[in-house]
Formats: sequence, C-alpha cells, structure tokens
Amino acid sequence: MIKQILIGMSLLTAASTAMAGDIEEGKQIAYDRKKGNCLTCHMMDDGQQTGNFGPPLIAMKARYPEFEKLRAQIFDPTVRNPNTSMPPFGRHGILTEEEIDKVTKYVHSL
Amino acid sequence: MKKVSNILSMALVAGTLASTTQVAVASPEQDREVFVQYFEKRFPNVAEGDWINGVYSILPEARAQWEAMEEFPPYELDIEEGEELYNAPFATTGDIREGEGLFNKKFANGKSFSDCFPEPGVRAEYPYWDKERSEVVTLEQAINECRVSNGEKAWKWNKGPIAKVSAFMSYESRGQIINVEVPEDDPKALEAFELGKEFYFSKRGQLNFSCADCHMSGSGLKARAETLSPSLGHTSHWPVYRSKWQELGTLHRRYGGCNANIRAAKLKPQGEEYSALEYYLSYMSNGLEYNGPGSRK
Repeated sequence: MIKQILIGMSLLTAASTAMAGDIEEGKQIAYDRKKGNCLTCHMMDDGQQTGNFGPPLIAMKARYPEFEKLRAQIFDPTVRNPNTSMPPFGRHGILTEEEIDKVTKYVHSL
Repeated sequence: MKKVSNILSMALVAGTLASTTQVAVASPEQDREVFVQYFEKRFPNVAEGDWINGVYSILPEARAQWEAMEEFPPYELDIEEGEELYNAPFATTGDIREGEGLFNKKFANGKSFSDCFPEPGVRAEYPYWDKERSEVVTLEQAINECRVSNGEKAWKWNKGPIAKVSAFMSYESRGQIINVEVPEDDPKALEAFELGKEFYFSKRGQLNFSCADCHMSGSGLKARAETLSPSLGHTSHWPVYRSKWQELGTLHRRYGGCNANIRAAKLKPQGEEYSALEYYLSYMSNGLEYNGPGSRK
C-alpha cells in the first residue's frame, strides 16, 4: 500500500515536472521571432518590446476556462472571426501540433 | 412572432443583397469617400492633407526627429545623381551595349529622358490607365520604357538608377496633386482598379495578413515598437530612402518587402498586381499632394 502511494506520488511529481517543462518550452516558442513571435502583437508575461496589435494576454484561465478552446483559438482564430489579423498558427503550419500544445499550456498559465 | 422573424430574415436577406450589390457597383469615387472617412474618423487630429507624411501624421512624438532628418535629407545626393542621369545623353550612361541583340544599336542615338518627357516634373501624370495598351502605366515603367525605346537596357526595378531618376522627377513634382482617373469609357480600367482593391483587402501568406489588416484596421497600433502607418497618403512620397535599406527604394520594392514580412511570395515589381495596387491606392489618395522622395526609418 505504501509502495503504491509512493509510486503514485512520484508519477504525480513526474507529471507536474513535465507540465512545468512544457510551459517553459511553450514560452520559448511563443517568444521566438521565427516561431510564435507573440510579442510582436501581445503584451504578455515579462516580454519586452511588445506590440499592442492584439489584446494583452492576462487572466487567460478566466477568459478561456476550457483549455481546448484556447488551443483552437491559437490553431485557427479565423474560425471564430474571419477578419481577425491573428495568424492561423496551426492551419497554416506556422507551428507544429506539439508546439501549439506547449504554447497553449504556457498562455493558459498567464 | 413567426411572422416578425420572417420579416426580419427577409429584411436581413434584402439588406445583405443590397449591400452586396452596393459593393459591386460602388464607384471608385464612392470607395474613396468611404476610405478617407475611415481614416478621418480613426485619426481625427490629423491636419488636412497631412496624410502624405505617413506614420508621422499620427505620431507627433516621432515627428520632430523625422523633420530634422528631412532638413538634411539622406536622399539629397540621389536626387542630384538622378538629375545627372536624367539629363545625360543615353550614350554616356554606361551600363549598356552588351548582348548580341543590341549589337546594331551599338552607337548612341544621343537622346536622353528629356526626349520622352516634356519636363521632369510629371509625377502627377502617373500612374494612369493606358487605354490602347490596356494596362496601368507607372512612372518607373515609363522611365524604363524610355530607355528601352532608345536602345538602352532596362534598369532593375527596385533600386539604383531607376529610383534616383524617379526621385529627381518626384522632387521636381513636389506639390502636384494626386489625381488618378479610372476612365469610365473603358471597363478594363475599372477591372484594374478592382484588382488593386481586391489585392489590398485579401489575406495572403503563411501569416495570413491583408494590406488592410495592418494599414487600415491596424493603423496606429504597434507591431513591436513600430507604429503601423495609415494607407491614406501611402503613395505620395516615393521613392523612399529607408534607414533599414540604407538607400533609396521604389514603392514596389516596399510592396515586396511587406509581402515577405507576412511570408507571402514577393510578386514581380511592375507586374499586374503591384501596379494595380499602386493604381488603387493612388486613387484613394486623390486630392493629396505628391511630396516625394521621402525618408523613413
């Protein structure tokens, strides 16, 4: 029983370490000018020299309680608003599926 | 209730139809009025006619520095060189007489640009719709056509001597009023105008931006530290000495750069699309002054 709890706890720790790693990687992808380049348009986190073309990315869990909706918005924002200026990061292959997962985890944490 | 909703949906359909029809039949002049009103409403503090100063018309904090730069403009020598090129007999301009096809024109005919243009200050005559040729003719195009018709090799479109001659001619034309016409007796002219309009509003490239995304609905907002300039007046001040280029470049060079920024294919300078875009945007700026060449960051 104790052994099982210990295994369970270490699995949980591993999961949250993985999550923290994804969030950190997501941040790097988001800040990378050749990848997400999010700072060009969005004020977010500790980003420097940010633009204001898009809204500031704060309180994201309140704005997007559902992770999947935020992911879909990053994947292709033209679904919700065809006139948006935000690039369709997934639909146009600007980021890979995996990169979008990580960026979404990061943005959701803001 | 059902009846009301029927009426409502009929009204909606009628409204949609009406607005669709309206868009389809809107004259260039109606388009221009809407375009101008959009920017006047968005930037109510811009003085009349000041749109020709681009981003500085909406960015007073950066304006003083820019005006200081314009007092000793970085394109000054280019204008002088452009003037020399303009006046030089074609024999002495040097970069020609190569290639078999030109062999028979080995000897100079002694003519110069002044044999093609009545005077250098003809900026406001371009771009125009040439009915016989059924195409938009830009100033740069006319410059190169003058060379070719005199047995000279066409210059490259984006920079170098063509930009210098264009700068000299624009300088001699400062203060002329933009007055582009879309002749009503030639439906092809309206087609070219509409092609330019469609280009302006169409999303393109991997980043999926239209010209209007940044320079209409995004104008005045910032991408990183750069304020996006309003399109009204966009075509008044070319060619431009751009600090980023460290040299003069033509309007179509800038179009190519914009397209590259949004990860779209750069189109051919002086090709149908960019010339149509210049035609449309120049028409949108009708009534404003030509003030080229200009300098920008």
